[in-house]
Amino acid sequence: MEFQEIGYNTKVEGDVIVTKTDAVINWFRKNSIWPMPMGLACCAIELMAASSSRFDIARFGAEVMRFSPRQSDLMIVAGTVTYKMALAVKRIYDQMPDPKWVIAMGACASSGGMYRSYAVLQGVDRILPVDVYVAGCPPRPEALLDAVMKLQAKVAKEPVVFPAES
Amino acid sequence: MTSIKLAKKLTKKFGKACSEPGEALGEVTIEVTDPSRLVEICEFAKGELGFNYLVDLTAVDNYGEDPRFEVVYELYGYAHFCHLRLKVAVDEESATVPSVISVWRTADWHEREAYDMMGVTFDGHPDLRRILMWDGYPYFPLRKDFPLAGKPSEMPDVAFTNKAPLEGGPFVTSAGGKDTTKREPRSRTAEISSSDD
Repeated sequence: MEFQEIGYNTKVEGDVIVTKTDAVINWFRKNSIWPMPMGLACCAIELMAASSSRFDIARFGAEVMRFSPRQSDLMIVAGTVTYKMALAVKRIYDQMPDPKWVIAMGACASSGGMYRSYAVLQGVDRILPVDVYVAGCPPRPEALLDAVMKLQAKVAKEPVVFPAES
Repeated sequence: MTSIKLAKKLTKKFGKACSEPGEALGEVTIEVTDPSRLVEICEFAKGELGFNYLVDLTAVDNYGEDPRFEVVYELYGYAHFCHLRLKVAVDEESATVPSVISVWRTADWHEREAYDMMGVTFDGHPDLRRILMWDGYPYFPLRKDFPLAGKPSEMPDVAFTNKAPLEGGPFVTSAGGKDTTKREPRSRTAEISSSDD
């Protein structure tokens, strides 16, 4: 592989990379994405397994499971969201500072799962904006890690310096 | 000591207030015909007959029959390993039954659940409020005339409910399709790459 001459002499100036602000900021954000585990039911067990040594979510910088929404970037809704719990989940999401993302883990969080009933919210996307949905009941930890990787790809493309009009 | 012997002791003491013990599939059931003596019967069952564990307390909705509800008490004794079932018929208008919380403390939450799901009230319960749904939820969900999918309701700042669609949605399959594309409408076939040689 040919290394291109960037226009300065590394022996004189040291190791410097010239890049775009967006790329750098998104690189910081995606490689240290701290989850807020909204572990409501059985998917929380697989979430814990994903943080364990065999599957290791720490590879993605996400081992810092902050249970305080004010210190986290990513809410992983792992489990069944009942109507009784729904407004509490929304309140916790509102307390998270920007930029924030949501992974709906498992069938119950994505669409109400097997519970088509009077007590279960049919998908957490009825109250929150979801970025990545993970299928499974429960999804394997590797599926959750795949979701984190897809989220990283999404974060990498986000315009930061000139944000998109929303 | 068998369940049927203990049940016969109970019916001998209470005579009119309960029926003869019925036995089916190895389990003994007594119908309590006089609900006002229910607490007395339960105290006798716990004290004299040794049924010191209330295994379960539920309500059954026989929609269309009169009386509509039946409250079922499942009793067990650790010393003699025997089970006994007591059933009390409750009609829809009054829908009340004396609370057995003074006999077994575990009846507290079981009665709250029976109240929450069926609407059966328990006299003498110190804190009869909803336990699974939230206070102020307008329906009793496990009654037979309540649809499985639920009914819309709204309590601002507390909770809301909507009907859950039982059919339809993006993940519907049609059974009996010949291959995956017909069964799973959102699936994609793999692109068959043309070979070069």
